[in-house]
Amino acid sequence: MSGDAKTQPSLDRADVRVRHDAGFAGAVRGFIDRVRSGDLGSLPVVVGLVLICAVFQTLNPVFLSSGNLVDLLFDSSTVGVISLGIVCILIVGEIDLSVGSVSGLASAILGVLWVNAGWPVPIAILVALAVGCAIGIAYAALFNWLGMPSFVSTLSGLLAALGLQLYLLGASGSINLPYDSLLVDLGQTWIMPHVIAYGLVLIAGVAVFVTGSRRAAQRRVAGLTPPSTVGILLRALLLTVALLFVVWYLNQDRGVPWMFGVFVGLVVAMDYALTRTKWGRSMMAVGGNREAARRAGINVRRIYASAFALCSTLAALGGVLSAARLASSSQQAGTGDVNLNAIAAAVIGGTSLFGGRGSAYSALLGIVVIQAIASGLTLLDLSSSLRYMITGGVLAVAVIVDSLARRSRVSHGRA
Amino acid sequence: MADAVERKPPSGELVLSLRKVCKVFGAVSALTDVDLDVHAGEVVALVGDNGAGKSTLVKVLAGVHAPTSGTMTFRGKPVTLAGPNDALALGIATVFQDLALCENLDVVANIFLGEELNPYALDEVAMEIRSWKLLNELSARIPSVREPIASLSGGQRQTVAIARSLLLDPKLIMLDEPTAALGVAQTAEVLNLIERVRDKGLGVIMISHNMEDVRAVADRIAVLRLGRNNGIFYPDSSNQELVSAITGASDNAVSRRHERRQTPHGTEAEMRP
Ligand SMILES: Nc1ncnc2c1ncn2[C@@H]1O[C@H](COP(=O)(O)OP(=O)(O)O)[C@@H](O)[C@H]1O
Ligand SMILES: [Mg+2]
Repeated sequence: MSGDAKTQPSLDRADVRVRHDAGFAGAVRGFIDRVRSGDLGSLPVVVGLVLICAVFQTLNPVFLSSGNLVDLLFDSSTVGVISLGIVCILIVGEIDLSVGSVSGLASAILGVLWVNAGWPVPIAILVALAVGCAIGIAYAALFNWLGMPSFVSTLSGLLAALGLQLYLLGASGSINLPYDSLLVDLGQTWIMPHVIAYGLVLIAGVAVFVTGSRRAAQRRVAGLTPPSTVGILLRALLLTVALLFVVWYLNQDRGVPWMFGVFVGLVVAMDYALTRTKWGRSMMAVGGNREAARRAGINVRRIYASAFALCSTLAALGGVLSAARLASSSQQAGTGDVNLNAIAAAVIGGTSLFGGRGSAYSALLGIVVIQAIASGLTLLDLSSSLRYMITGGVLAVAVIVDSLARRSRVSHGRA
Repeated sequence: MADAVERKPPSGELVLSLRKVCKVFGAVSALTDVDLDVHAGEVVALVGDNGAGKSTLVKVLAGVHAPTSGTMTFRGKPVTLAGPNDALALGIATVFQDLALCENLDVVANIFLGEELNPYALDEVAMEIRSWKLLNELSARIPSVREPIASLSGGQRQTVAIARSLLLDPKLIMLDEPTAALGVAQTAEVLNLIERVRDKGLGVIMISHNMEDVRAVADRIAVLRLGRNNGIFYPDSSNQELVSAITGASDNAVSRRHERRQTPHGTEAEMRP
């Protein structure tokens, strides 16, 4: 086998000009090259997160306490789910500015149907999600058939959904959800048993290792250079140890919220759909070059429709979760900075505003950054005027990093 | 010239036949009453000045533009293309002049775009192997198929676009200026490839401004001028004949020939200044 490989280089190693990085040192070198050429991936957000944690921890030692971090994960999950939808819509190069109102509308629908009309919770949730989905399909229809820019259609949708939310809630303006229900438990108190949290981490580590080595084996059999086994093992081990530490630290207080588990599950599923399925490939293609995608026979309109529908449905789900978190459906739900935070999280996490580039994990990373800032500023007891200004500044920095990285990618031929 | 007139028609079945195809963009008539036949195992070169309508014709055939009027027959059946999907399903593969690649995706993703293996769990290994084989057939000099297209040179991109068109075993291949950005070796390789697919019995439409390349591989040369047919020529036609048909210099030999070969549409007079 190895003798064979020496006499005849494998298919992907035939070009002598290319430095083929092998082993661990090679992986590090490849990483540095990528970063230099503007392919930053999640590097800026990780650096940013460490900086933010360092600053807030020195200002207030409660910040990194287990208890505060558990609350942070509770708060991250609701807007995080909305942000996951934003990732989808940004990947195809469009925007949805109405996710906040749609989430508010969904929470109002939940409250009205469940508490006021006495419907079973699952049905009320399904109706809320269906309304979200219908709103997304309406945007897609306006975009596909009338050529209405998503910026405009979703801006008018923002107002319409907000109006409907206020109308549904009526004069009282807010509906309290029953405290003894499963949904409110999920939003406020429900924590994974410690064993299950550790177990899930171990399963994740094993899954990373198994899929990695299966891929390596397939490539070896097919005569392509496989990634190094040490690298795969190291990656899986590092991930497992890091996650085990995080879970252990959270378990010092209450533990990992189930709601956060749901959010992470959605992120993992979305990542699979975006990177391992034909649909995800088509989303990237439409965002990168719409006309090329059309000429390749991709049904571009259907891809846009799926992106809009997914974004609004996830916004509605986020609304249901935040209603659970607050144990109420109120006129304030989904207003204020929800919209901005959801969009900012996706961009801060590394999904490009220019389309064709992004990952489900950017919603996870980005929302943790946003919530870390929010939580840190709350601990410092700063006024909301200052909080808005600081969050706005962080968003500006994220967009600047995105623009600079894009320019660097263009000049390095990686746009 | 006489022997050119008596030349036998190509033996293969008629793959594609266009009659009176028109395409109007607003005030611009990009194509007017264009006729074109392509047989199996035949290379038809489509030549004409810039703006003659060659790319527009290719896009009509690829389902990118809907023709304003006219009929299209593919392998004996009249067809209407509602979109690029229909053309691909019929077996019409196209290398567009602007290549139509996604710069943010890597080479493998571009070659298999719209045709990914195993839609719910992409088979990256099989796709990568097939990509390498297609590229090697074209003697492509591509360092890595896992780099985004944006990192490739113009010629490398062109090779990727050609490899992409070969993926689906098409019945008709259209190449819009496929060698414009290619080096000497790759140009020769593309010409070889055109001959290979012709010998496999496929119909080929090739657009090129390089008369040497055209003569080297074409069985027939169709000239477009200002969006209209301006005669059919053969590789042994003189350069002068071709050039005057392309540029429209009033050459009696060309117009006489034109009238003999085409059913007159009664529009020739308008073309002359
Ligand atoms: N999408 C379009 N909209 C308007 N006019 C077009 C379009 N595409 C091509 N044209 C016009 O059609 C004519 C033929 O163009 P084209 O087919 O690209 O020529 P070429 O023979 O150089 O490939 C040109 O005059 C061009 O301006
Ligand atoms: Mg052209």
